[in-house]
Amino acid sequence: MGQEEKILLEVKNLSTRFQTDEGLVKAVENVDLHVFSGETLGLVGESGCGKSVTALSIMRLIPEPPGRIVSGEVWLEGQNLLDLTEAQMRHVRGNAISMIFQEPMTSLNPVHRVGVQVAEAIRLHQGVGRKDARARAVEMLDKVGIPDPEHRYGDYPFQLSGGMRQRVMIAMALSCHPKLVIADEPSTALDVTIQAQILTLMRRLKEDIGASILLITHDLGVIAEAAERVAVMYAGRVVESAQVIPLFNDPKHPYTQGLMLSVPKMDQPVPADKLLKSIPGVVPNLLDLPQGCPFQDRCERAFEPCSQSEPSLIDTGGNHWVRCWRYGE
Amino acid sequence: MANDALVAVRGIKKSYAISRGGWIGRKRGAVRAVDGVDLDVRRGETFGLVGESGCGKTTLGRCILRLEEPSSGSIIFDGQNILSCDPGRLRELRREMQIVFQDPYSSLDPRQTVGRIIAEPFMVHHQLDRAKLRTRLEELIRVVGLLPEHLNRYPHEFSGGQRQRICIARALALNPKLIIADEPISALDVSIQAQILNLLVQLQRQFNLTYIFISHDLRVVRHFCDRVAVMYLGRIVELAPTQRLYARAMHHYTHTMLEAVPAVNPLLKKERAPLEGDVPSPINPPPGCTFHPRCSHRQEVCTKEAPALAELEADHWVSCHFPRME
Repeated sequence: MGQEEKILLEVKNLSTRFQTDEGLVKAVENVDLHVFSGETLGLVGESGCGKSVTALSIMRLIPEPPGRIVSGEVWLEGQNLLDLTEAQMRHVRGNAISMIFQEPMTSLNPVHRVGVQVAEAIRLHQGVGRKDARARAVEMLDKVGIPDPEHRYGDYPFQLSGGMRQRVMIAMALSCHPKLVIADEPSTALDVTIQAQILTLMRRLKEDIGASILLITHDLGVIAEAAERVAVMYAGRVVESAQVIPLFNDPKHPYTQGLMLSVPKMDQPVPADKLLKSIPGVVPNLLDLPQGCPFQDRCERAFEPCSQSEPSLIDTGGNHWVRCWRYGE
Repeated sequence: MANDALVAVRGIKKSYAISRGGWIGRKRGAVRAVDGVDLDVRRGETFGLVGESGCGKTTLGRCILRLEEPSSGSIIFDGQNILSCDPGRLRELRREMQIVFQDPYSSLDPRQTVGRIIAEPFMVHHQLDRAKLRTRLEELIRVVGLLPEHLNRYPHEFSGGQRQRICIARALALNPKLIIADEPISALDVSIQAQILNLLVQLQRQFNLTYIFISHDLRVVRHFCDRVAVMYLGRIVELAPTQRLYARAMHHYTHTMLEAVPAVNPLLKKERAPLEGDVPSPINPPPGCTFHPRCSHRQEVCTKEAPALAELEADHWVSCHFPRME
């Protein structure tokens, strides 16, 4: 649970932009984040809020051009990843940091046996021989709960169900004992019973190998279930961050508040009129953000300062940070 | 079952032929996507159809509109069997039943203006003169929360939520009695989902609509539906009023599935024993109760005899040999 509060990953002032035909898209703007050793940080937001671009920037997987990391630092264990050469970075990926994606069908190679793909990752990153790699791969498949792993080793991705494919991805991601696992919507494409299996599995494995997880999702239910601390993103910025319980019990940013109210909850009675409190309007266009706070047009509590300049992240106490003019002097 | 039903589905089966390996057409098999479904949808209600992918909920929805030809069974819509009526009559009935799909990107023709898209049902079904048509289109676009000037624009100029509003306007055009909404909000962002759900609630009241709401999102279903049918491998395993189902699920599958839904409350983190295994293949479903391989309460009879859907308590139908009782 990160008792010793040792910071594993620290992202400072990260900005990533994309040059498109329509103009410059500021996908990620001055993002600060940190992940403690052994903790799960949830990164939550809607499509286009910059959560995946943040992850890809940390991994240095932004396609360049059109994308470019224009500023910032990404510190992992005393190294600024943005200073590394591509060769050094390749060593970091898969070893110190690994990634799990949403759709395992597109991230596994369809023409190779799944076991071989896991073994290959082990061979590449751990420098062990084929035989050992195979044995370790079978062991990993077993660890992630794939029944009869010796046999399944020889299966192709299409022969496995979505949940099993995601288990293979997790086996691959964890096979090199990474310090940090970035999981981008790992359970979104899966059915609810399978989603529960995968979340439980990730929690168990995280505790086993002592890794930290950066869990990216749009699903507040998954966040409540799996994250210890949460950062909420909107229009490329982190607008709020806090421990998971204060974030859900006492959300401070009007966007977070709106988001919480707009989702039906399992533990609360359904209102007689069946209406949900929704956030009006749509997410702003990143090509053409208004001056000031990007949420102002949809915000019930907007007042003068909001249209003039952008607020910075303010500590409201207890490490609960919020980027909103209603909280600062 | 009650006779205030707008739709009465009886014994619907739909299977698809498949060839499995070997020479072309050699080993033939069939996927039983829907395998004997009975249900009534009452006038004015929102009927939820839930289940995991591949359970047959979408196929069943399409069968009800006869967008798929069921292999057997009957579907009575407003007193008429739509599987046996003549094509002319079917065309008339089709006006009264509409569908809204999951993906508002692929269900709007990108080369037509929004006005033409919403006008299409009028072209297909009956002529309105130009002036009346224009007034009706403006009325429809306002009803779904957009503006008359939007009628002259093209789909790409709209966000996902706005596109779904356009799809809803098109579905409303001919004053239908029934709208089947197949995952209408799944492709939308969280903050937009609530807007579309609220719109559906308001339209139902305004136009006295009956909805069949197909969804895998059990939190939304709890909020939105009056009654819910849970499907598993092409069959209904449980059907009950929503509150009752969520409070006292009697089928073990329903119970574990509901337990698996994250609560959106970190204080209610569940130390659950998740349901093991995957949904079996509908090509070769297990004998007896199709859920038995994953059920922790199975007994010998479950592996041999398929339980019938029975009304164990008033309005609460369950298909299980050993239902959960409290």
